[in-house]
Amino acid sequence: MLDVNGLFNRLLRRSRRYDDLSVSIQEHIAERADELVDEGMPRAQAEQTARREFGNVALIQQHSREQWQWPVLESILADLKLTFRRLRKSPGFAATVLLTMALGIGANTTVFTVIDSVLLKPLPYPDSARLVALTLKAPGAGGLADITNGLQLSPSMYLTFSEKNRTFQSLGIFTSGTANVTGLAQPEEVQTAGISGGMLETFGVPAIAGRWFSNADQDPHGARTVMLSYGYWQRRFGGDKSAIGRNIQVDAETREIVGVMPRGFKIVDRDFDLLEPLAFDPKNQKLAPFGYEGVGRLKPGVPLAQADADIARLIPVWMDSWSNGPGTNSHFYEVWKITPGFRPLKQRVIGDVGGVLWVVMATVGLVMLIACTNVANLLLVRAESRQQELAVRAALGAGRARIARELLTESVMLGLMGGVIAVAVAFAGLRLLTAIGPADLPRLSEVSLDLPALGFTLLLSVLSGLLFGSIPVLRYARAKASTTIGSANRTASAGRAKQRSRNVLLVAQVAMALVLLVSASLMIRTFVALRNVEPGFADAPHVETMQIWIPDLLVPDAQVTTRTQNSIAEKLAAIPGVTSVGFASAVPMDGNDPNWDIVSVEGKNYAGGEPPLRLFNYVSPGYFKTQGTRLVAGRDFTWDDIYGLRPRVMVSENFARESWGSASAAVGKRIRQFTNMPWQEVIGVVEDVRLHGVDQDAPPVIYWPAMLMSPYTSQPSIQTERAVTFVIHSSRAGNEGILSEMQQAVWSVNPSLPLASVRTMQDIYSLSLARTSFTLVMLGIAGSMALALGIIGIYGVISYTVSQRTREIGIRMALGAQKRELKWMFVRSALLLTAVGIAIGVGTAAALMQFMKSLLFGIGPLDPFTFIAVPLVLAACAACASYLPARRAAAVNPVEALRTE
Amino acid sequence: MAKNPEHRDLFPGALEIMILQSLRLKPMHGYALVKHIKEVSDNLLQVEEGSLYPALQRMLREGWLESEIGVSAKGRPTRIYRLKEAGLRHLEEEVVSFDRMFTGITRVLAVARA
Repeated sequence: MLDVNGLFNRLLRRSRRYDDLSVSIQEHIAERADELVDEGMPRAQAEQTARREFGNVALIQQHSREQWQWPVLESILADLKLTFRRLRKSPGFAATVLLTMALGIGANTTVFTVIDSVLLKPLPYPDSARLVALTLKAPGAGGLADITNGLQLSPSMYLTFSEKNRTFQSLGIFTSGTANVTGLAQPEEVQTAGISGGMLETFGVPAIAGRWFSNADQDPHGARTVMLSYGYWQRRFGGDKSAIGRNIQVDAETREIVGVMPRGFKIVDRDFDLLEPLAFDPKNQKLAPFGYEGVGRLKPGVPLAQADADIARLIPVWMDSWSNGPGTNSHFYEVWKITPGFRPLKQRVIGDVGGVLWVVMATVGLVMLIACTNVANLLLVRAESRQQELAVRAALGAGRARIARELLTESVMLGLMGGVIAVAVAFAGLRLLTAIGPADLPRLSEVSLDLPALGFTLLLSVLSGLLFGSIPVLRYARAKASTTIGSANRTASAGRAKQRSRNVLLVAQVAMALVLLVSASLMIRTFVALRNVEPGFADAPHVETMQIWIPDLLVPDAQVTTRTQNSIAEKLAAIPGVTSVGFASAVPMDGNDPNWDIVSVEGKNYAGGEPPLRLFNYVSPGYFKTQGTRLVAGRDFTWDDIYGLRPRVMVSENFARESWGSASAAVGKRIRQFTNMPWQEVIGVVEDVRLHGVDQDAPPVIYWPAMLMSPYTSQPSIQTERAVTFVIHSSRAGNEGILSEMQQAVWSVNPSLPLASVRTMQDIYSLSLARTSFTLVMLGIAGSMALALGIIGIYGVISYTVSQRTREIGIRMALGAQKRELKWMFVRSALLLTAVGIAIGVGTAAALMQFMKSLLFGIGPLDPFTFIAVPLVLAACAACASYLPARRAAAVNPVEALRTE
Repeated sequence: MAKNPEHRDLFPGALEIMILQSLRLKPMHGYALVKHIKEVSDNLLQVEEGSLYPALQRMLREGWLESEIGVSAKGRPTRIYRLKEAGLRHLEEEVVSFDRMFTGITRVLAVARA
């Protein structure tokens, strides 16, 4: 029974018990000795015999005392007390180890936290394992079905699939965009998500106030409604429940607020301010357009493959049910070879960021191992200086396990103390990581230092403690009492075995450092290669960009829309310091493809009858000049071309070469989209632009004028681009002054137009390099840590060897050894170990770098430069690190060395 | 501590019974206990000091014994162990279960021999 009072008494009585015990035992031995004397043995011999017969007094006392203790706990506590006392006595050692461990464990905790939050945790939806991203594969659709996200869904597909499927509990589609909200405060551009029926049911997250959209809300002729995000509700309505039922103006349309979604709710990976029902009208749907992302919730127990088969069955049904208008072939899309390529929603959210994160995790893991070997080395040295003590204890009856436990207690203690500091390091590290982390890192907002992360820290602390502690244990716990006590002092140099464990650690350290340095070097080379790529635009820091969307409720007429945009461009150009202005549907690397469609070149026959799909962009006069995109042949659009709706077009250089052999040959040639479209004359050719990122090849692009006769309607009508990005070239780009002048310029044309996504081309460019620079920074930090730890390791081992061999050096010098030779002897032994480490490291790196392939650009994973330069650098560092202690060895005065001890 | 190979270790619980039974006769100190058991068993049983003292402490803890300050036969200060009521009860329970066990073992051995 454990009651507090009893416990207290027990502790009080304990010392009396211990006294009783030792009195008993002493009497026992004395009585036995008396007896032996009585039997005729001399007194001295009798006492010795009695003592020997009794056995190990200390051990028996300890075992007896343990009856009053919780033996394991208390002797561990005693070990801990001893450990603390010892650490206090060597603060330098303690600080070095704790700092190393704190950094190592902290870095690992940080990266683990990110991996856990991003890759491992389920998505924040109920029963999220059943959620599926409805992406289609369409190898025949060219750029419309990009590699990562496949072909998106069309509203008609959604209508067919949701009605006729047998495997989904519910499914829906969504798209995101922006809207202008007026009537609350200043006109404000907000992020919106349009969702179809079934979407909220699929996510399964209840509204925090009000209700979900109902079927009536999805009726195109029904009431206009809207839902709010938690953030928008707080920001604009102060979290007031009376917001439900109020009306707001969204894109000049009155909508009633019916509900609010809870904090942190996202549509897959997208934040939004407003949710709007898509409210498709089944009567007006065609097969196209394919612009919606789909998500479905599988019925319980249905595997993904079955859902694939289910929808595969419905694709011909979809083509039979809808058309693209009279006279079109509704089975045209058979050439696209559309098949379902569904994947778990989580995979869709995470994307390919897993590769980067695991590489970073492996990297910091390696740094941790290097740190552990360094600490192990330090502990070896310490254990060596305690060898006498340990040997004496072994002689007094301490078992191997007892000594091992004590050594391990010390190292695990160090690990745990390091772990505590590491939590602080990780906390700071996470802030840093989320700050410098790639902007496209999904679920960044969900990253936090939580229980699993702390558990990981604890586990890592204990494991690393055991790891670096076990090396001295293996070395010293079985130390033979006789050899150590007797002979240690007079040997000239350390035995081979002693040196060997340190050498093995050193080789391991060099090998691991090499692997890290190789990976860091590969990233640097990748980054340099990316920086050297001509992106197809110039002077990015001085090009400001901003998005302006003119909704058709605000300016219904297409021509007026273009004129408004033209006026905005002129006002912007009049700002002092602005040299040129233009606009386009998309700017490079903004993640936006305005359109993909077929284009045929006059006089060319296409295999299979259909020309391939091409990427379109819609541009204004002056756009290319502003972006610094070189005109290779011909001329730019003029405003006369645009307002005159002249059949003119521009193309990229690679399209010109592919179609007509050269850029200059392209000028004057003609292309068109469909047979009912008049031929359009190519008036200019511009250099290739890496629209999808520096590491992606420049796609062939058709540049249409910002306003043109629509090829998509049967009656002649004018098509204009309502959402465009303005580009402004100015030496003042990026400073606050010009931003407010830009705002004024836009409002002077139309006061209801908000600016969105204002940033320089340099921001966009850096963003596209973000993942590479993030990986670079992480590997760079890891590589430098590895190099520093490696150098310290080499220095430490050689220094220690020198100090151990002082007497030997003295003898050598007394016998006539030259200082040069002595120095070389130490440097040579270090270089030999380094060479072995490098050889192992090169082999390991060659194998491991295959995993980094997808992160590299312009170089192979076995980049010869890296694999030659890094070992050389490492060898040079090793030479320096060993030279310093070697010089000290050569400075030894032989007389003094021999006199010591 | 060198062990005499002729003497087998007592199995768990047996040592306690020996001690309790010995102390039932009269309170004794440690050395007297060893000698008593050795003599009574005609040298068949030898109590290891390495087991005796931890066992005594264990039994003190269980409340079967109590210790008091006393002097040995030679007049040296020592601690005398005395059986308590709880110890007596424990001894009687153990003796019953030992009897049953020995009977069982004897029967099995008898069958094997037959």
